[in-house]
Amino acid sequence: MNSLRTLQRLLLLCVLACGLVLSGCATTKPGGQEHVQMERFNRSMHAFNDALDQGIVKPVAEGYQAVTPEVARTGVSNFFGNLRGFWSTFNKILQFRPLAATKGALRNSFNTVLGLGGLIDISTPMGLYEEKQDLGKTLGYWGVPSGPYVVLPVLGPTTLRDIATIPVERQYDLVSHIEHIPSRNSATGLRLLNTRANLLSASNVLEETALDKYAFTRNAFLQKRQNEIDNMRESLSEDDEDEFL
Amino acid sequence: MKVHTTSSSPRTSAAPMSRLVQKFMYFSLCVVLFVCAATSAFAAEERPDALIKRITSEVMSEIKADAQLQQGDTDKIVALVNKTILPVLDFPAMTRKAVGKNWTDVSPEEKATLQEEFKTLLIRAYSGALGQATGREIKVKRLRAADDDKVVEVKTLIVGKGEPIPVTYRLEHSAEGWKIHDLSVSNAWLIEAYRADFAAIAKTGGVKELIAKLKEQNVQNAEPVTAK
Repeated sequence: MNSLRTLQRLLLLCVLACGLVLSGCATTKPGGQEHVQMERFNRSMHAFNDALDQGIVKPVAEGYQAVTPEVARTGVSNFFGNLRGFWSTFNKILQFRPLAATKGALRNSFNTVLGLGGLIDISTPMGLYEEKQDLGKTLGYWGVPSGPYVVLPVLGPTTLRDIATIPVERQYDLVSHIEHIPSRNSATGLRLLNTRANLLSASNVLEETALDKYAFTRNAFLQKRQNEIDNMRESLSEDDEDEFL
Repeated sequence: MKVHTTSSSPRTSAAPMSRLVQKFMYFSLCVVLFVCAATSAFAAEERPDALIKRITSEVMSEIKADAQLQQGDTDKIVALVNKTILPVLDFPAMTRKAVGKNWTDVSPEEKATLQEEFKTLLIRAYSGALGQATGREIKVKRLRAADDDKVVEVKTLIVGKGEPIPVTYRLEHSAEGWKIHDLSVSNAWLIEAYRADFAAIAKTGGVKELIAKLKEQNVQNAEPVTAK
């Protein structure tokens, strides 16, 4: 039980070391020697992750989707979403966005108390939508640049800035605080499975419509992160609520 | 309608009077028809957010009525998208932007091929995004733009299960009205992502390679699901 924890720490250390080494060679000018090396590393990681996904993760996620009734899957999604929501709300506080933080706190309260510990998402029909936040976005919001794009083994696309937040993100990940090791491992596994299952249709679209999956994913990922951060700034300057047609 | 009610009462009066009423009736009818024609002409120039609202609700109601569409049958969604959304997409502009700096070196025939193949691929991508909207609701945000703005972004949200998926449409005004030039799904602009995608392919094999890859992908997508 201790050895598992040590192994986890070791893995984390490896990932961080990876990131640091990369950051060294990543003060990149596009087209420069370092940039080329960086892309070579990323592409090989992308290929590795893709093989892992096609070989194991995706088939298991498809199996999970096939055998589990939709009600159960929705419950699982809602439960982990609600857990994640606490961290999102805390980040909104760190971002000094009182309205967003209040909405997040209300969402969590309703879903935890009235939604059976988060199994039922009663907030979405009320118009309190989920807005995922993390420390990487908080840093970005306060002006920390994303740094170079990095594809990590298993964890997938990220940036140097977001890699730096991994230790803290893990520290505040409620699932990692479950004392009972088998339960914690099952919870971690189920969460991974659920995330992948929810992405099945999106990843199939990518499969069908991108010619160079690495290049497409890289661009879309960086755009998504940056636009989400920019939208947070924009929504702060608009004082009134969005109107729907 | 008003004309009919007023005309029914003086029918009993003298003949010249009734002729006058008849003339008045025809005149009013002409006015009504003219007003109708004029308003429909104005309606053709609908606001961009209203345009997006109309198209997305048309698609969603068709999906709601069709079980195959609900299961995410991409081929059927493609047919639906072709029918509803194709007329408001500016494909030449989209293709030009996606191909980027290589566009100037491309021959006219290659341009035509690129446009045709990219159209097929893009419709597939958009249909895939819409497939995720089945069982959900699309909300269109009211546009805040000046009347003389020539480029606008209409924001929509696909709400339902989990985090809402933002889908934004960038429209530009042309002689034929508003046309979609790019759209972003989950905060990533599609044409911009394709620009990076195409550039990576063209870097190694040039535009010829790009065309070959596009064709290959489209052929693969067109194969029945069982063959995959």
